[in-house]
Amino acid sequence: MSTKVVYEPTKGLTDSPLSYCPGCTHGIIHKLVGEVLEEQNLIGESIGVASVGCSVMSYEFFNCDMQQAPHGRAPAVATGIKRVKPNHTVFTYQGDGDLASIGMAEVIHAAHRSENITIIFVNNAIYGMTGGQMAPTTLIGQKTTTSPRGRSLDQGMPLRIVEMLATIPGATYLERVSVHDPKHIIKAKKAIHKAFEVQTNKQGFSLIEFISTCPIGWGMTPNDSLEWAKNTMIPYYPLGVYKDTREEREPWIKE
Amino acid sequence: MDQRIIVAGFGGQGVMLLGQVLSYTATALDLHTVWIPSYGPETRGGTANCSVIISDTPIHSPLVEYPNILLALNEPSLRKFENKVTPGGVIITNSSLIKDHVFRDDVTVIEIPANDMALGLENLKTVNMIMLGAFMTQSTFLSEEAIHKTLEKTFSGAKAALLPLNQQALAMGYEHARSHA
Amino acid sequence: MAKVLMKGNEAMALAAIKGGCDAFFGYPITPQNELPEYLSYHMQEHGKIFVQAESEVAAINMVYGAAGAGARVLTSSSSPGIALKQEGISYMAGSELPAVIINVMRGGPGLGSIQPSQADYNQVTRGGGNGDYHLLAYAPESIQEAVDIIKDAFRVADKYRNPVMVAIDGLIGQMMEPVDLDKPIDLDLQSKPWAADGHGAKRGKNNKILSLFLDTKDLETHNLKLKVKYDQMVSEEQRYELVQTDDAELVIVAYGSMARIARSAIAMARQKGYRVGMLRPITLWPYPVQGFEALASNVTHLLTAEMSLGQMHQDVLIANEGQRQTHWFGRTGGVVPSADELFDVIENIILKGGVA
Repeated sequence: MSTKVVYEPTKGLTDSPLSYCPGCTHGIIHKLVGEVLEEQNLIGESIGVASVGCSVMSYEFFNCDMQQAPHGRAPAVATGIKRVKPNHTVFTYQGDGDLASIGMAEVIHAAHRSENITIIFVNNAIYGMTGGQMAPTTLIGQKTTTSPRGRSLDQGMPLRIVEMLATIPGATYLERVSVHDPKHIIKAKKAIHKAFEVQTNKQGFSLIEFISTCPIGWGMTPNDSLEWAKNTMIPYYPLGVYKDTREEREPWIKE
Repeated sequence: MDQRIIVAGFGGQGVMLLGQVLSYTATALDLHTVWIPSYGPETRGGTANCSVIISDTPIHSPLVEYPNILLALNEPSLRKFENKVTPGGVIITNSSLIKDHVFRDDVTVIEIPANDMALGLENLKTVNMIMLGAFMTQSTFLSEEAIHKTLEKTFSGAKAALLPLNQQALAMGYEHARSHA
Repeated sequence: MAKVLMKGNEAMALAAIKGGCDAFFGYPITPQNELPEYLSYHMQEHGKIFVQAESEVAAINMVYGAAGAGARVLTSSSSPGIALKQEGISYMAGSELPAVIINVMRGGPGLGSIQPSQADYNQVTRGGGNGDYHLLAYAPESIQEAVDIIKDAFRVADKYRNPVMVAIDGLIGQMMEPVDLDKPIDLDLQSKPWAADGHGAKRGKNNKILSLFLDTKDLETHNLKLKVKYDQMVSEEQRYELVQTDDAELVIVAYGSMARIARSAIAMARQKGYRVGMLRPITLWPYPVQGFEALASNVTHLLTAEMSLGQMHQDVLIANEGQRQTHWFGRTGGVVPSADELFDVIENIILKGGVA
């Protein structure tokens, strides 16, 4: 009897079981990043930077050299790595608490210097790891453990990261994608491909923002979470390409 | 004995460079030396001073609390350091900017109208070199030749055109101090 | 070789290049600015990396990243900036990464002053960051000594896979002295098979740089492994100088600029016939307890002299173990004491009959 391989797990991820909660979309995003690393033949030469938050253990999952960064500092750590290893692919994997709150300065200045790195930014509008606290990205009215009556305006309007970064001249490629259904997952993977190509072509800073879910933190079933991401998050965080200056950017020389 | 020197004046009078020329020369002669600047907000537009020690033995404390030579390029600097000069020491003043005489009678005073002389050279930036010329008459360790060599190094490359003027200022300061001693 | 006259901050920068420094990441702060300024020009001509970061926090994390990728990395700052770097320093100690950190100390707490100080003693020796860790910490007294230590510091950091701090006060950073930068050294460049340098394919396995051990037993095991290194540093890396202690009754314990001032005060005391010497710590961590053990029984009094309010005195008391009478003198807030002032303290101790 002959067998035909119809599906294989990507070599971009290790065999370690993922530590994410059931229904969380981190797993999908991990898989997409792993597949892109594999398809672009980057696995054996990449260095990933794990952050602090739900994805703190991502150094166990990506099948390449990894360094675990202090909370919010992943873009700075990646800068240090990339500057001394300019011909290797360097990426960070960060959540919204990590990137949009404590690590805001680091991501803005990495974009400002147009560090030739790729940032995978996962926005689930909440602090998942620490137990569901309010994040800068938490929507108005959204209940969290530190906004129990729902986020009010005096706690700030949710921050739109790619829109903000788009104002920075050094940012080369910025796109917001979602993984709430197969069609959007396919689109998200294309975005990751583009981001890593920007880096390989030495065109500078690239960041892909993912609308992600947190069923546990949101207090919803996985299905309801996907619906909430689609119907509530995306209207406030519209998908699309926010910056694409690949055409006008000369190869980024920092070697 | 060590030469313990304080050079003080306004920012912009070339006080730091004057002190550095002394330390560079001492280094070239394989002597022990240390140069310490005043630094920080006090150097922004206000007074500037630096201290220099030149010795033929290793220098312990790098600080000059009691100089045996004071180069005062303006009045506030003279007042600030005058009473610190050790008895028998030397005070060289820029008499163009210091109308009151030095009050001390236990030190040697050399008055150089450095600003007036610099104006004669049509370049106020030569004040420090005129003062340096005056210092040369009091130098224990640094030969004239060695100081000239330092100047040649200081004013080289893009600054080479400034060398003759500064050499002239140095010679004028030296001659004035020698003839008025 | 002929000596050149250089400012302390610039000489240390050049020393780092000579020590094999591959990359510098820093943020401006007085009184150390001449160091990054020098490197911003000269690293490029050596084909090395210079980045001015957006903050001290970012700078130390760039150091963490570059060190994790296997480079010889330097950062420099001054006291409040070093406080900001403690996060990354703790991470580097935890994940066993080598780096050299230069701290040109100024007055504190808070914004303090920009004048010379030794009030970072606790920050340097106790570690301002979290967790059970130590830095190897040097405190040179001259530009020459600073240069010699920094040239070798990258090798030492690599040897222990641990950050090394060189703490000098602003005075040494700002002053100029003749210095010989050409003394030969052994760079001892070893391969770093542990580095996460993007050679997973060639290596056949992934390297991970991390300080996270969720299992308590794993973390304790890791902590005990680190302790073995620290114990080795304590037994092998203590450095100190004894100055005229052979016949001394009173020994001053002082480091950095304060030790220079103490040398002058000792010369004044000796002229008066007072038998005074000095124990000069060169490493602040490990603290040179061996230097105290080397003092003969003629030493009956110890006088700590520091530009801080008793921080090092705590270590003197620990090292002394109650054996000798102890005294303390210090100025702080950026005030640098004169040799006269220290001499008066010495004479006072002696005349009060404390010393035979």
